[in-house]
Amino acid sequence: MEFQGRTWKFGADVDTDAIIPARYLNTSDPDELARHCMEDADPDFPNKVKIGDIIVADKNFGCGSSREHAPICIKAVGVSCVIAKSFARIFYRNAFNIGLPILESPEAVDGIDEGDQIKVDVDKGIIYNLTKGTDFKSTAIPPFMQELIDADGLINYVRGRLNK
Amino acid sequence: MGMTITEKILAVHSGKKRVEPGELINCKVDIVLGNDITAPVAIKEFEKIGVRDVFDKDKVVLIPDHFTPNKDIKSAEQAKMMREFARKHGLTNYFEVGRMGIEHCLLPEQGIVLPGDVIIGADSHTCTYGALGAFSTGVGSTDMAAGMASGEVWFKVPESIKFVFHGDRLNEWVSGKDLILYIIGDIGVDGALYKAMEFTGPAIQSLSMDGRFTMANMAIEAGGKNGIIAPDRTTIEYVESRAKRPYQIYRSDDDAGYERVIEYDVSNIEPQVAFPHLPENTKPISQVGTVKIDQSVIGSCTNGRMEDLRVAAGVLRGRRVHPDVRLVIFPGTQAIYKQAMKEGLFEIFVDAGAAVSTPTCGPCLGGHMGILAKGEKAISTTNRNFVGRMGHPESEVYLSNPAVAAASAILGRIGSPKEVE
Ligand code: SF4
Repeated sequence: MEFQGRTWKFGADVDTDAIIPARYLNTSDPDELARHCMEDADPDFPNKVKIGDIIVADKNFGCGSSREHAPICIKAVGVSCVIAKSFARIFYRNAFNIGLPILESPEAVDGIDEGDQIKVDVDKGIIYNLTKGTDFKSTAIPPFMQELIDADGLINYVRGRLNK
Repeated sequence: MGMTITEKILAVHSGKKRVEPGELINCKVDIVLGNDITAPVAIKEFEKIGVRDVFDKDKVVLIPDHFTPNKDIKSAEQAKMMREFARKHGLTNYFEVGRMGIEHCLLPEQGIVLPGDVIIGADSHTCTYGALGAFSTGVGSTDMAAGMASGEVWFKVPESIKFVFHGDRLNEWVSGKDLILYIIGDIGVDGALYKAMEFTGPAIQSLSMDGRFTMANMAIEAGGKNGIIAPDRTTIEYVESRAKRPYQIYRSDDDAGYERVIEYDVSNIEPQVAFPHLPENTKPISQVGTVKIDQSVIGSCTNGRMEDLRVAAGVLRGRRVHPDVRLVIFPGTQAIYKQAMKEGLFEIFVDAGAAVSTPTCGPCLGGHMGILAKGEKAISTTNRNFVGRMGHPESEVYLSNPAVAAASAILGRIGSPKEVE
């Protein structure tokens, strides 16, 4: 899996209320949720983000609630991948379960400015900053998570197991 | 080497003699929980798996509590989808409006979750039930769907951090809420990321069950995977009359391995207030300064239990809410509501000029029943003070215990119950 796009930078501890405020959770429609993606962190984000763009954030991205609406709206707004110094536990799980690629790399986060063009090779775990001509390694994806990705998410994985 | 209580529960539920931190396991679950926000997403995913029934109709629990009584048409549709799923699958544990409660108050009260259980819930505060000596953690809707279908969930066994609270007497007006806010202020909102948080020590043993639920409830606010307190006499007294099935008591071995042991002395701990916009921004009440408030909220899965309402009533008795403040009180469950009514607490609240609500998550997540306007400030006994949590992105939430929230409602600014005595 490879992605290339423009980056949008966010700070530390971006919580799920900032990613998708609870006031919009009376629906689970991905496109409707996407219209409010990251709204309380940057009200203009849903308008300016383009398909394939990449979110780059500091530590503990996605902390707070278990709402899967958070990774769902990020995926639905067209973001191809999220890179952070670290992810909150439930967000990390949810992202893999729904098939939103996420990578942990403190070095990459420090080495990327907003607006940089970057390329991400998810399988190799390498992040190329095309604007600056630098590259970074990300933490390896645990084998079981890789299995989930290969099965195209948890639901397919469980379907395979239960119908065996 | 011995095992921690968390490791023991996970080992038993994955059919192993022992598990090590970092190990990936497939675990049987005793309870799978969802609410009116997370269950609709889970139900859609469940349908994709292609099984006919849920793994056990007694073990899937659905509770409409977030936007109920339905706040608008869209919420009504979501609640309806959940209700129809519950009927179709004959779920024993579906609680309708009028019989429900905030999920994390209701499940222990009804004896649905018990010591030694493994519980997953599509709600981050599912960690609350760790107070019973269970392994309980929040997951997303897809995990919930897989859990409903298979009765299993995958976990990475977490490392444990042990928090020891020395001293057997809490300072005046200090509660479980203050102990957990103190921890979060100390280690930060990701200080226990992926870890099991085990609360021990004499001060924990002297806490009521209500105080323990409050502590375990906020483990997620430090990034924790679960919070857990080994069962003792208080726990057993609480569950004995409620349990309708056998349960198992586990305790950590003396030689269990911990990633860290952190010790506190409760004689140093005052009531805590967490400033916007993170629960880690804590200050002792004596150092808060002057913060005027527009609203005070008492309730939620953190502090909506009997003890909380009694403490609030004690502060409010015979006093009036400040003219510039709205005080909203929302009890956790119908049983708590009824008990509070019986004890005359509602009369005290209403005489003081407070609004008392039916059980709902309502204001806690900025859903309904007490939304903040631009620039408004609230003190709240809930668990999160993120940007926009209770309404407008430019409003502010301060977190505290019920005594401080009640006193602040009277004072019109954040203050100590000592100031209104
Ligand atoms: S009361 Fe608040 S924190 Fe608790 S379950 Fe409801 S919304 Fe979540």
